Amino acid sequence: MIYLQLFLTFFKIGLFNFGGGYAMISFLQNEVVYKQAWLSTAQFTDIVAISQVTPGPVGINLATYTGYTASGSVLGALIATVAVCLPSLILLILAGKYLFATRTKFPAAWRILRLVVIGLIASAALTLCNAENFVDVKSVLLCAGAFLAVWKFKRGPITVLLTGAILGFLLY
Amino acid sequence: MKELFKLFFIFAKIGLFTLGGGYAMLPLMERELVGPYLSKQDFLDVTAVAQSAPGIMAINVAILTGYRLKHTPGAVFAACGAALPSFVIILLIALFFQKFAENSVVQRIFMGVRPAVVALIMVPVFNLAKSAGVTLKTVWVCVAVAVAVWLFKISPVYVVLIAVLCGVLLSKKERVQ
Repeated sequence: MIYLQLFLTFFKIGLFNFGGGYAMISFLQNEVVYKQAWLSTAQFTDIVAISQVTPGPVGINLATYTGYTASGSVLGALIATVAVCLPSLILLILAGKYLFATRTKFPAAWRILRLVVIGLIASAALTLCNAENFVDVKSVLLCAGAFLAVWKFKRGPITVLLTGAILGFLLY
Repeated sequence: MKELFKLFFIFAKIGLFTLGGGYAMLPLMERELVGPYLSKQDFLDVTAVAQSAPGIMAINVAILTGYRLKHTPGAVFAACGAALPSFVIILLIALFFQKFAENSVVQRIFMGVRPAVVALIMVPVFNLAKSAGVTLKTVWVCVAVAVAVWLFKISPVYVVLIAVLCGVLLSKKERVQ
């Protein structure tokens, strides 16, 4: 039963996710943390962190990890990963050419979707601002520091997460 | 058959050597594919369609390139190739990590990592805002979406559906004018 649920959930995410890995975080949160309660917010944040420091598309990383954690089996990981790729595989094979045409045919739809993606990414960040991820004032400072490091000083995610790991080890 | 496996390995290599997904994969893909497999124009078209389609962009590029070269089998082999390295790596981490998640050192490390992850997700909101066309006039859309999904726990699926519907209607209206 968990396998069917995993398949349907990740198929849905693959079908409706526009705007890449970061926007997908918001879809996943909604489905995996709230609706299905397969993972806690802290577990979910850990998965996002691991996805950032390992190679490959973030979306695949998230699907594989969630599939494994939710079902406790390799089969679950496989089903979630296949399910998240399947909608675009079908869609692109059947309608790749038409999809490209929608950019000139419905420009307003793409304009709005781009704005929506920004809102979705913001909601993912806001949802993660909770007591599990922010235990005290030190975590707030860590977050602010990490934000400045990436935004202002253009540091990569790996540097920032490794620094966070070292600081976490030293501070707690 | 040989060509299908070649496609598989090219995309496995691309999948293995990119960190951060999506856009980070493009330079490597360009180096591997443009010339022997795709023209520059083909590559740009593939990227544009991959971005327009739902799903994972890097996988979409693999599907489209594979399809262009070897039709449906090509699409399947290329997509599997692109997904396999991360699948294996993440699986190993999941097997390993769950045993050590209870460990106090690991827990301390992740107490430092979690706030940094939140920051990592916040940055693209500001970085992408300009290219997404966010202005004082349009920013309400982003705010409304964020509040609906964050506070009211409305599924992003509905948000996307409503956005597509409004966009199609608006495009029609603009065409009439």
